[in-house]
Amino acid sequence: MLGYVGRRLLQLIPVFFGATFLIYFMVFSLPGDPIAALFGERPPPDSVIAAIRAEYNLDEPFIVQYFLYVGGILTGDLGTTYSGRPVEDLLAQAFPITFRLAMLALFFEAVAGILVGLIAGLRKGKLFDASALVVSLLLISVPTFVLGFILQYVFAIQLGLFRTTVGPGAPIQDLILPAIVLASVSFAYIVRLTRASVADNVGADFVRTATAKGLSRPRVVTVHVLRNSLIPVVTFLGVDIGSLMVGAIVTEGIFNINGVGGTVFRAITLGEGPTVVSFVAVMVIIYMLANLLVDLLYATLDPRIRYVK
Amino acid sequence: MSNNLPETSQHFVADASATPVHVVDSLDETDKARSTWADAWDAMRTRPMFWIALSLIFVIVLVAVFPRLFTAEAPNSGCLLPNSNGGPEAGHPFGFTRQGCDVFARVIFGAQASLVVGLLATALVTAFGIVIGALAGYYGGFLDAVVSRVGDIFFAIPTVLGAIVLISVLPERTPVVIALVLAIFAWPQIARIMRGAVLSARSADYVTASTALGVSRFRILIRHVLPNAIAPVIVVATTSLGSFIVAEATLSFLGIGLPPNIMSWGNDIGQARTSVQTAPMVLFYPAAALSLTVLSFLMLGDVVRDALDPKARARR
Repeated sequence: MLGYVGRRLLQLIPVFFGATFLIYFMVFSLPGDPIAALFGERPPPDSVIAAIRAEYNLDEPFIVQYFLYVGGILTGDLGTTYSGRPVEDLLAQAFPITFRLAMLALFFEAVAGILVGLIAGLRKGKLFDASALVVSLLLISVPTFVLGFILQYVFAIQLGLFRTTVGPGAPIQDLILPAIVLASVSFAYIVRLTRASVADNVGADFVRTATAKGLSRPRVVTVHVLRNSLIPVVTFLGVDIGSLMVGAIVTEGIFNINGVGGTVFRAITLGEGPTVVSFVAVMVIIYMLANLLVDLLYATLDPRIRYVK
Repeated sequence: MSNNLPETSQHFVADASATPVHVVDSLDETDKARSTWADAWDAMRTRPMFWIALSLIFVIVLVAVFPRLFTAEAPNSGCLLPNSNGGPEAGHPFGFTRQGCDVFARVIFGAQASLVVGLLATALVTAFGIVIGALAGYYGGFLDAVVSRVGDIFFAIPTVLGAIVLISVLPERTPVVIALVLAIFAWPQIARIMRGAVLSARSADYVTASTALGVSRFRILIRHVLPNAIAPVIVVATTSLGSFIVAEATLSFLGIGLPPNIMSWGNDIGQARTSVQTAPMVLFYPAAALSLTVLSFLMLGDVVRDALDPKARARR
């Protein structure tokens, strides 16, 4: 097991370098002068330009720039924004908010999705199942930003149950509505995954055996059907941690949340290269680690899977 | 032991009509073998959802190709500010946008951009994914290692995030450019599925048989392995069409997709958000058109999956 984890971690290294290089390349080697963009109409004195270029290593060859930059990331120095603020500060401020939002969304989609999917799978072909399928199809086809506006309009503006936008510090009660919006598409996928998986397993031999040896229905459903049906769902949830953080760009925009998504988006539109690359690098790391975690969880859920060295 | 049994039971042979033999006898060997595709077609055409999805898609394609058939209004000419956010009236069933433009005409003309991006991105990803995935899975070795690692790198960057970064530095944003950018970050999914399917088809008995008959390796790949491995790719491609359309609308909504002079549902939704409190219907119509389009491709994808996946077929 430990050997497997080690090997997987080693495999992540080239992916990390490749992905950050790709982002770095897109942000820095493509046309557009970030320094000119800093100073409006009047060009700054040459000495200032030279100082800024030196600070961001812009005079080095591109590949050297990249390695200086990655070296910085690995030693905990994420660089500074062009206005002089350390990117770490920005990250420290934005990350907890998005993390809370993503976890809340993950909680909603996992609990509600598995519950609805389980009931639909057990009552395959009945009314509940049919309506769950229709609702999930609708949720997947209505884009997040549209659903965000609808829920914001109905629950915040018309009914006044929630605040329209998230207040400073992003308290949990303000994040409930955005989290529901963020979770909606994934919720629909989880319902469909769980339903298909449960419907498959209900007819399996081990379920019949469990019923035949006299186990109660709740025990058969929770221990035998559900546990074996959760494997594809857990995979999805793991991959979804990464998608939720990114999907937050739209949700954070609608509800005016100052999280990772909002910060990255603002940095991209302002041409703040260092901020973009650092934030994306952190997201890629989270995404990769979440995938690794999923593979490890497999073994606990499915005893048939064993990792050999 | 047999001595104890009545004599008849020792030599009893059932009448041919009572055994499965007559089923075998009645088979017509000259019948052509039924392909997966013929079976899939039979499974699909009996489902109402297939025909509903198909007719919706037909209408949407018609709207995208010939928008003039559906509205006499030029989308941007008759915009009069006094009509700003006006309600529906004769000839303008959906009312007016904030700029006083006809919402119905804009919804009709917006179909084109969404469909072009969705179809083109799907075609690019599918073609590239099939070629790369099949070669990697079939020939293995160094090529496979390189393709898999490069795929991992692109897979680690979420599609919309990568697209936002890349588009923000590109000078021009047309539907074709958006489709290309989305395809750049989305190809590993199809390539992975294709690679896996080819890997499992590669060791099948019919491949060994063809090799023994002296068929060349490349010909085996094209004639025997590919047709047997392509079904899962078709399923994913149909569903991903919808997600590409959503991705384009998301980018346009964020203001870094298509420029405002190209009509698209995402742009219209983004513009309508500023007056959502006073005129929610201006946001509703393009959003409904977008959702309906995605829904019809999703339904088609569902039917195709059920038809091509033997496990799903048995379940129904």
